[in-house]
Amino acid sequence: MNRKLLREARLWLVGIPIALWTLIPIYHIFLFSISSKDSAFSGALWPEHPTLRNFGTVFRQEHFYLHHFWNQMWNSLWIAVMVGVLTLAIATCAAFAISRLKVPGGRTVMNAALFTYFIPAAFLAVPMYKAMGSYGLLNSRWSLVLAMVTLAAPYAIWVLKQASDKLPWELDEAARIDGASAPQLFRLVYLPLMTPSLVAIGTYALLLAWNEYLYAFLLLSHEETIPLAVGLGHFLASDDSPWEILMATALIYGLPPAAIYYAFRRYMVGGLTSGAVKS
Amino acid sequence: MSAIALPGVGEPPKKSLTSWQVWGVVLIAPYLLVFVAFVLYPVTYGLWLARHPQSYVTLFDDPIFFNTVVNTIVFLLVAVNLKFVMALFLSGFFVHERAWIRWLSVIFIIPWAVPAIPTIFSIRFMLNPEWGLVNSLIFRFFHVDGPNWLNDPSLALGMAMLVHIWKALPFWTLILMAGRLAIPREQYEAASVDGASAWQKFKFVTWPSIRTLYLTSTLLSLIWTLGDFNSVYLLTGGGPADKTHVLATLGIRYIRLDQVDQAMATIVVALPFVLPLVYFMMKRLSGDEQKTSA
Repeated sequence: MNRKLLREARLWLVGIPIALWTLIPIYHIFLFSISSKDSAFSGALWPEHPTLRNFGTVFRQEHFYLHHFWNQMWNSLWIAVMVGVLTLAIATCAAFAISRLKVPGGRTVMNAALFTYFIPAAFLAVPMYKAMGSYGLLNSRWSLVLAMVTLAAPYAIWVLKQASDKLPWELDEAARIDGASAPQLFRLVYLPLMTPSLVAIGTYALLLAWNEYLYAFLLLSHEETIPLAVGLGHFLASDDSPWEILMATALIYGLPPAAIYYAFRRYMVGGLTSGAVKS
Repeated sequence: MSAIALPGVGEPPKKSLTSWQVWGVVLIAPYLLVFVAFVLYPVTYGLWLARHPQSYVTLFDDPIFFNTVVNTIVFLLVAVNLKFVMALFLSGFFVHERAWIRWLSVIFIIPWAVPAIPTIFSIRFMLNPEWGLVNSLIFRFFHVDGPNWLNDPSLALGMAMLVHIWKALPFWTLILMAGRLAIPREQYEAASVDGASAWQKFKFVTWPSIRTLYLTSTLLSLIWTLGDFNSVYLLTGGGPADKTHVLATLGIRYIRLDQVDQAMATIVVALPFVLPLVYFMMKRLSGDEQKTSA
């Protein structure tokens, strides 16, 4: 009995520090967003007069750094959705061609994709910036969409190919014997069976694009074209930053991806960890 | 690459097969286009820009560069290993079957699921020497002034590593947890019957099963950590006095100063280290591919 109690106590001894380690920075965002400036800077663990005024300031764009808040929010959303849709379309077709149609050169393309996946993103950013410049795309939201599709597609193709390889070959053979064309096989057999993986990959690409900071900050610099992530970065341009408003904005920016992640977690865990690292 | 569009078209024997392969080429073309336009062309162009020996002379003469290389090595060795030892330990914790541990694992994922900028800025203010939460607590409990966390290069780099670990730990814990859960339960039961201690179970059952996963993950994390721009840039901005840069932030710094040749040279310097790792990872995944398709 005593031993069992001791074992439970040991688990709690690990669990409580993990909870604190994970939640303190998150709680700190929330704390600041409901605090007045004085209260936030006093180091209090709970504000004496919690307030929602910071959120009002953000939504009404009443601060110098927030004049384009809704515009930037829209940019973030537009970019994330475009990246999600394009990545899904490109990767689904490529995975189908490699896995089911056994297209010649498919292996080479898969290796090219894996190469892109493994190269550190910050390293690819430098040549990507130059290339976007020579395409004349700098400061267009399309540059970020295309860059993020480039980053998201390799992993998407890899995961979809893994999932597609597991579908039974008898389906394809039956379809061929019945005289189905490749597009029919794609539409009637492949897409319906792949739906869970497609949901996971669409969500993955969407979140990757919404969360991205580096590429957005390199490729876009006009107040009207930047997404919210870059707008948030501008808050630290001066020494006297309005931290309580920054944190309110950051909370608004961080909530949608967290909500989407938890809504689709069922798909994400199965779909993504299996492909992430093969042992 | 151009050879890919050709085969299939000129293949005479089975007409139906040819049409399927033509469809294959059509369907793979969009990705190929993306790869050529946004990976192959940029990389080739970048390497072309990095061809001048003078760029490297200037780079090596920049006092920031040497410092950056040291920082990068320390960051990789310390942060990656610490992260994996923690992930290995925590994966062992999270496999316990308790309702509250399941809930905790859901919370534990948050740092990985949310964007970098809000949480890193939050930690940045927590470390503010005058008004930050950390020093307020230090003062409240010990009645001394806490250190100026982000104004001391070593402390600031240490904090950047901590931020990196905070954000990346959940992902790797999840991966190692999947590895642990794949171990057949009977092996542990057999070990228990033989009277094995917890440490012996780990040494003789767990570790041999997940060693390959652990090492592969560490290598992959090594490459990706090298590309971690956010943890350093958003926390310290490379400061104080450009003393906490890593290669990822230094390259971007040169771009912002409009010295693109320098930026490319910074990356090329790291390639002898990165490319073998990338090659190794590609081989590993391709090898698995053969196994699964066979």
